[in-house]
Amino acid sequence: MSKEPIYLEKIQRSLVGRYRAERVFRGCGMLAVSLGLAAVLLVFVDIFIKGTGAFSATYIALDVTYEKDLLGIENFADQRQVNSGDWEAVYKQALRRDFPDIRKRGERRKLYALVSSAAGYDIKDRLLANPGLLGSKETLWVLADDDIDSYYKSWLDGNAYTARLTDGQIRVLDTLINTERMQLRFNANFLTRGDSREPEQAGIWGAVIGSFLTLMLTLVLSFPVGIAAAVYLEEFAPKNKVTDFIEVNINNLAAVPSIIFGLLGLAIFINLFQIPRSIPVVGGLVLAVMTLPTIIITSRAAIKSVPPSIREAALGMGASRNQTVLHHVLPLALPGMLTGAIIGMARALGETAPLLMIGMVAFIVDIPAGFTDPATVLPVQIFLWADSPERAFIEKTSAAIMVLLGFLVTMNTSAVWLRKRLERRW
Amino acid sequence: MSHCKITKIIVVNLFLLAAASLVSARETIAIVGSSTVYPFSTVVAERYGRSNEKPTPKVESTGSGGGMKLFCSGIGTNFPDITNSSRRMKKSEFDQCQKNGVKEIIEVHIGYDGIVLANSIATKPMNLTRKDIFLALAARVPGEVVGQLIKNPYGTWKQVNEGLPATKIEVLGPPPTSGTRDAFVELAMEGGCKQIPWIAGLQKTDKDRFKTVCHTIREDGQYIEAGENDNLIVQKLQANPRALGIFGFSFLDQNADTVQGSQIESIAPEFDSIADTSYSISRPLYFYAKKAHIGVVPGIEDFLYEFTSERAWGGEGYLAEKGMIPLPNDMRRSRAKKIRGLVTMNGDEPLK
Repeated sequence: MSKEPIYLEKIQRSLVGRYRAERVFRGCGMLAVSLGLAAVLLVFVDIFIKGTGAFSATYIALDVTYEKDLLGIENFADQRQVNSGDWEAVYKQALRRDFPDIRKRGERRKLYALVSSAAGYDIKDRLLANPGLLGSKETLWVLADDDIDSYYKSWLDGNAYTARLTDGQIRVLDTLINTERMQLRFNANFLTRGDSREPEQAGIWGAVIGSFLTLMLTLVLSFPVGIAAAVYLEEFAPKNKVTDFIEVNINNLAAVPSIIFGLLGLAIFINLFQIPRSIPVVGGLVLAVMTLPTIIITSRAAIKSVPPSIREAALGMGASRNQTVLHHVLPLALPGMLTGAIIGMARALGETAPLLMIGMVAFIVDIPAGFTDPATVLPVQIFLWADSPERAFIEKTSAAIMVLLGFLVTMNTSAVWLRKRLERRW
Repeated sequence: MSHCKITKIIVVNLFLLAAASLVSARETIAIVGSSTVYPFSTVVAERYGRSNEKPTPKVESTGSGGGMKLFCSGIGTNFPDITNSSRRMKKSEFDQCQKNGVKEIIEVHIGYDGIVLANSIATKPMNLTRKDIFLALAARVPGEVVGQLIKNPYGTWKQVNEGLPATKIEVLGPPPTSGTRDAFVELAMEGGCKQIPWIAGLQKTDKDRFKTVCHTIREDGQYIEAGENDNLIVQKLQANPRALGIFGFSFLDQNADTVQGSQIESIAPEFDSIADTSYSISRPLYFYAKKAHIGVVPGIEDFLYEFTSERAWGGEGYLAEKGMIPLPNDMRRSRAKKIRGLVTMNGDEPLK
């Protein structure tokens, strides 16, 4: 008798179990993926729900009159007079006229507090840009204070937050709402201005520019140096104990916690080279040192993936080592290197720890105009807002996270796209 | 172009850039220091920048101690002009400053900050004494015999004091690196500790032992270090109504719809009670400026002027609106005069 039927039977029997094992294995994999996705989705949805509010701000309509006497300015050409002008008087007068029965000093103060302290400056900018308005009347939408903004947004959601307001203020707000003189409008301030301690005036643009300047410098410094190091180590360096030692150390450096690079930056760039604190130059230098190992490692992998036949062919045609590398190996390895650089940059974009030591965790209002102006970066801005007592900063924090995530997604997508587009397979 | 060349150009440019930034004098006032003063200092900085059309001062939050270290490192545009502090400058820091050439220091006492123990409004407010706080949170507490210390045995508030509820002691507070923690330990814990006569006596005879007894917080899970972020503590209190949280008054002020402050010795943490010092856990806030930098970095004098103007630090000024507790009227007036006259510290101040 042949043994075959027994084998077949055995196989048949084990097949059920093997199929089941495979299903379980696949199920586990899918579960893991969906768990990860669910977590990401949860975070995104939470941030999105909290953050969308920050893109709109509450405005109040006031019938204002631009009177010269009110401003206390005789001559608009005199910068001194313009700076010391009482610009807030314009909206204060309009509020007094709209609510004539509020007379007590304390109540008046509460009435004026409905309008953001930025409104005076906005009126100043408007008048200086359109001097023809002087003496005329108009209905002006002025920015409301952050407490009013929180109140109006929560009122729209059906659960008004009144803890920071007095009864008198709420009555005034109800009148404004009933006469449709309160409105949510697109919050341009958030996308065009620097940081502020008044939530309704705070913007992300200063941090975006700070991040841009810092990352530019990081890329310009770390990319060429990283590629040069990778090319040398892969193509020219002899394989001996010294290069082994270097390789181990580069790998170590890639795993060093980022705060250590901050300490290094403080000791070398600030204390030794005397570069001022808080400027993109220092930030760029520190982040360049931090991303260098990542770039070297990915660049080496990209160079390794170029088949040796290309090198041999070039050398066989009489090209020098130098020409082989520059004309053949580098262009072929470049897509991989670029991907590595972009991923390194994305990591640098999200760093706060090394910047803490070099003074970039700071309150900076003015939008940096160059590499030597004090600046902060996106993740630091998120950290600073998350730490602020004002409740209205909660939505700003989430909105800033949305902006940061937007940049990260763009960078990582472009890395994938570049790889798909330029990569060659052998 | 070879890569070597590119690298060379970059390195050369970099040094030029660094050199250029060194040569150019600093136009922006640099402020460092306490994270507690940061919310107030930044408001003044912003207003100052906007109304004067000058660069807005840069404010870093480094903690009081870290700020002092930077401030006292030397004179020149590479060192900060002003440091904020949630306590008075220490003697050792003053000496360090003197040693490094920072001779003329203008001291500005700006106001007070209250530290609150709050819980969720879902439960009843607590009425604690500083002694209760010490007994509930110290690592070792006095035993039955005078002079004897035992490991803290208290598990519920009722065990500490008959009048308190029988809920588990659970306090969320800042870690040791925080200025709020320093102040809490010094004001609340030490304040309660001193009410036990034999420990109060130690203050004269054995200062080190006094400090260890009064300043050491228990580490058996009753006191939970909840990070430096006060907003986080507020959120955790909402989730856990039985817990108490320790944070600055301005956070209580902003979140009055979710948390309530416990009374300390029957006095609730309110604006007025902190201002007239009847609420016992409050601390002074300061900043220090270098006189030698006036005229070198533009605008320091104007900044001092703005900070000490009635519209900023006054009883109804914008700092009060942000939660800072102002100084009494007469004190404010005399201080402002002194500061605007740029009177510096002479070393005779009673520094610790």
